[in-house]
Amino acid sequence: MLQDKDRIYKNLYGLHSWRLKAARARGAWDGTKEMIARGHDAIIDEVKASGLRGRGGAGFPTGLKWSFMPKNDARPSYLAVNADESEPGTCKDRDIMRHDPHLLIEGALLAAFAMRAHTAYIYIRGEFIAEREILQAAVDEAYEAKLIGKNNVNGWDFDLYVHHGAGAYICGEETALLESLEGKKGQPRLKPPFPANVGLYGAPTTVNNVETISSVPDILRRGATWYASLGRPNNTGTKLYCISGHVNKPCTVEEEMGVPLRELIDHYAGGVRGGWDNLLAVIPGGSSVPCIPASECDDLPMDFDSLKAVNTALGTGGVIVMDKSTDIIRAISRLSYFYKHESCGQCTPCREGTGWMWRVLERMANGEAEKAEIDMLLNVSHQVEGHTICALGDAAAWPVQGLIRHFRHVIEERIDAKATKPISPSVPVAAE
Amino acid sequence: MPKLIINDQEHDVPDGITLIQACEFAGVEIPRFCYHERLSIAGNCRMCLVEVVACPKPVASCAMSVNDLRPGRDGAPPTVLTNSETVRKAQEGTLEFLLINHPLDCPICDQGGECDLQDQTMAYGFDAGRFQDNKRAVEDKYLGPLIKTYMTRCIHCTRCVRFMTEVAGVDELGAIGRGEDMEITTYLEHGMRSNLSGNVVDLCPVGALTSKPYAFVARPWELTKTPSIDVMDALGSSIRVDARGREVLRILPRIYEAVNEEWISDKARHVWDGLRTQRLDRPYIRRDGKLEPATWDEAFGVIAERLKALTARRSAAIAGDLAAAEEMFALKLLAEQLGSPNIDCRQDGAKLDPALGRATYLFNTTVAGIDGADAVLLVGTDPRVEAPVLNARIRRRWRQAEERLPIGLIGTEADLTYGYDYLGAGPETLAKIADGSHPFLKRLEGVERPMVIVGQAALARPDGAAVLALAAKAAMKIGAVKQDWNGFNVLHSAAGRVAGLDLGLVPGKSGRDVEAILDAAGKGHIEVSISSRRDRHGAAGAMLRHLSGSHGDAGAHRADVILPGAAYTEKDGTYVNTEGRAQMTSRAIFPPGEAREDWKILRALSAVLGQPLPFDSLQALRAQMYAACPNLALLDLVEPADSGAIEKLAAQTAKPGKERFGLTVDDYYLSNPVARASSIMAALSAMHAGGSEKATGTDG
Repeated sequence: MLQDKDRIYKNLYGLHSWRLKAARARGAWDGTKEMIARGHDAIIDEVKASGLRGRGGAGFPTGLKWSFMPKNDARPSYLAVNADESEPGTCKDRDIMRHDPHLLIEGALLAAFAMRAHTAYIYIRGEFIAEREILQAAVDEAYEAKLIGKNNVNGWDFDLYVHHGAGAYICGEETALLESLEGKKGQPRLKPPFPANVGLYGAPTTVNNVETISSVPDILRRGATWYASLGRPNNTGTKLYCISGHVNKPCTVEEEMGVPLRELIDHYAGGVRGGWDNLLAVIPGGSSVPCIPASECDDLPMDFDSLKAVNTALGTGGVIVMDKSTDIIRAISRLSYFYKHESCGQCTPCREGTGWMWRVLERMANGEAEKAEIDMLLNVSHQVEGHTICALGDAAAWPVQGLIRHFRHVIEERIDAKATKPISPSVPVAAE
Repeated sequence: MPKLIINDQEHDVPDGITLIQACEFAGVEIPRFCYHERLSIAGNCRMCLVEVVACPKPVASCAMSVNDLRPGRDGAPPTVLTNSETVRKAQEGTLEFLLINHPLDCPICDQGGECDLQDQTMAYGFDAGRFQDNKRAVEDKYLGPLIKTYMTRCIHCTRCVRFMTEVAGVDELGAIGRGEDMEITTYLEHGMRSNLSGNVVDLCPVGALTSKPYAFVARPWELTKTPSIDVMDALGSSIRVDARGREVLRILPRIYEAVNEEWISDKARHVWDGLRTQRLDRPYIRRDGKLEPATWDEAFGVIAERLKALTARRSAAIAGDLAAAEEMFALKLLAEQLGSPNIDCRQDGAKLDPALGRATYLFNTTVAGIDGADAVLLVGTDPRVEAPVLNARIRRRWRQAEERLPIGLIGTEADLTYGYDYLGAGPETLAKIADGSHPFLKRLEGVERPMVIVGQAALARPDGAAVLALAAKAAMKIGAVKQDWNGFNVLHSAAGRVAGLDLGLVPGKSGRDVEAILDAAGKGHIEVSISSRRDRHGAAGAMLRHLSGSHGDAGAHRADVILPGAAYTEKDGTYVNTEGRAQMTSRAIFPPGEAREDWKILRALSAVLGQPLPFDSLQALRAQMYAACPNLALLDLVEPADSGAIEKLAAQTAKPGKERFGLTVDDYYLSNPVARASSIMAALSAMHAGGSEKATGTDG
């Protein structure tokens, strides 16, 4: 269990002020200048050594990602912070931005410095109104205190812009985010070229998640060894987990990587509604990862590699708990509708496949399907997965695959029930 | 040259190409919908997925550069599979997805028979559908009088959007909505304001965008396809004339990289209905002020009778804008035999003179040469209207330039679809360029291959010759004419003009030009004028005109004898485009009624006059024509003209007036008799004039 001394997010619940003075009291902006004095590559090496992996979902090693940025390029470099947190079941970046925004701002400065960028953009989700206001106010505070901006006290010219999105899920995809930032329709770009080579306005750009960036100052302040000592090998550090659904006390909590799922649910979230035995399934990493049944949840460490071993993923760390009252088919169907609604429509498999999967699932939820359609649905989901421009196709396919992998019997039972249910005779009864 | 193993065979492929091009290079076919060589890469249809060994996912071959592929672990070249199980499944999957929301209305779809989706489903698809739910229906959009939409069929490849944005330079088409609700539209649903819009019909891989005038007219396999050349502008675009029986049903572009690539203008594509209406299908003679049908013998008789009583100087010959080289050659011979020096082919009065040298009236840089230009000076021209496809090429050059391409315009301001500096309105500005005092020359510093394009608006005026000389001077000043680069260009607007100048259809010694002929006719000095395809308005006067033409247009109304001729789709004729490239049209259909090819009419007339022209067949005519003008024999070739002529021209000191340059073409859609007879062109003209777009049925 994570000890208080090892916490990065000391004001996660907003019990204290988010303002600069309070943030400084909690340790933010401490020794930033010295950290910058270490040099670009030293910071990247430190982050590499810490084993920090991207907290946005894919878990790509952050230091490695930064090292892809060209070092001698005539073009300016950019950092884009992905604050378009729209994944259902996830509420971590939001808490950072509204309760501890200075961690993000300091992290943005350090990350931008490491990548030789003088400009960073924070692309914030359209629905986050209050968060944007707080973040903007915090940025203004930082400018005023000359922590960022031209000729700031930290010795690296740095401009930070908060950009408000318009509320499309797809704009959380890194290249769609860049398109949207450029003022175009939010549609993912083809890769390669990757953003580190051709990104925002055609210049080298790195896109990082809010949580990733916010972790950087503490990693540098306290050292890579400290960070690497937390968690498990290859899955180091702390992580914000968001536990929602059928638990008694839904919450966001910072814990060590690899914390057992059961501990998250029982210790922090007050347990499953109706007790652990009432657990039906868990979606462990935000809506886009496959669900796992209760039988696999007993002793499951929550980190990238352990969850991959049970055919799901850590994703954003948004744990969606479903108890036995859940209509699992309808639940997944609802997620499927979400992906149909949020597909950008650019490439064929996702545009057509998400709608198809949702329609079939909707019928399955009503029992109005053929059993053969279960395999067809699985096949369709495989036809979408891996064939699209961005990962939204995969994200739409995985929940469906999880459902069929673990709950095929539920679908079959429902179809059987509908088939054997006698049609109620509507023959009018003759008057006596 | 990167090495690549494509399906077990190793290939050396050119550097920097994409995987789909590499596969084509290796002779392996990759199906595709959204990919198009001349448009930007969208990578959205996912039909071109291939397997790259050691890549976890199939790769969109249209978007992957061969240079981005990593070699195998043992240093072996990257291996690409195009026929593996993974690829087959990906292709089947993509086609299934495309088809679930595509209506199965092939029997009533105009794209049937030339539909990419149909063809690729046959080749790569699965034989049964599994989708049971309702298909999507999309409301059709209004895109103007040329493009019929059936948006339910749309597969969202965005070729049309990319074409309009990138090539046509009109940001009017786009996609709204997202996911399966995405729709292609102009949003406000007005007709697309571009004269290249018809090309989106060719680009559409399905039947979502089809040709409105051609709707439900024919199936592609019923049509006789004849390769030919367009005469609507002086670019000479390669076209294919599709005909059934005696009617031309549609005109499509042919690929010709050096001229039109694979685009044609809306006028070239849709003028075909003008080939049927207002046609002159028999000879007419004016009796008591009224044109009455006659026989060929009667018509020739009237002409012979009048000519007999005249001295040669009182007759004249004028060749029209659409005339082919053959008939102009015959007309010239006839005029010579009659002894008349009054002959001209410059209907608009452009002061171009073949005696100055060929380089002074050609588009010397050539159309393909635009790709290598690094600055453009436009003088009295609106290329977007005078040669839309050529303008698209300038636009492409402008888009590709790393820094802003310096483009200057002297003349009437217009939206050219690319950015330019407006320098001034008339010869005075041009003179400043020529003497080096204009600030635009600052922008030309370091420029190596500048172009000067002179339009007919700058030349078809009394001081046209002086303007031409001044333009040559300006070209010399900015370094447009040098050893390996000739950047002096005259952009013609009449398809027959260059051939006319090549053949020397200009007034002989003390002969009269078009304006003088009309003037003299008004005063009674000239009594007989033989016009071939003459169409412009002339002065009224007591004169006998003979017209051989194809359409009952303004020219025909004033003629005293009408000799019906063949239109460009009805004869084998040589046309020389603005670059000086001789090209030949082919007869796709027969002329209507008693109409005949013009050279035959002139030959027959000469016999009636008792001075038969020295040829009996087209071959014999051409043999003599080639002897007189060898460059007409160099079909499809451009022979560079001697740039010394431009230097000589630049040395002239004539001073032009001060009047500003006007426009060459008043109404793009109604600029020649064929177009004026076309109802489609009339509709387009009305649309662009800003009239009500959607006819209500009671609008007359």
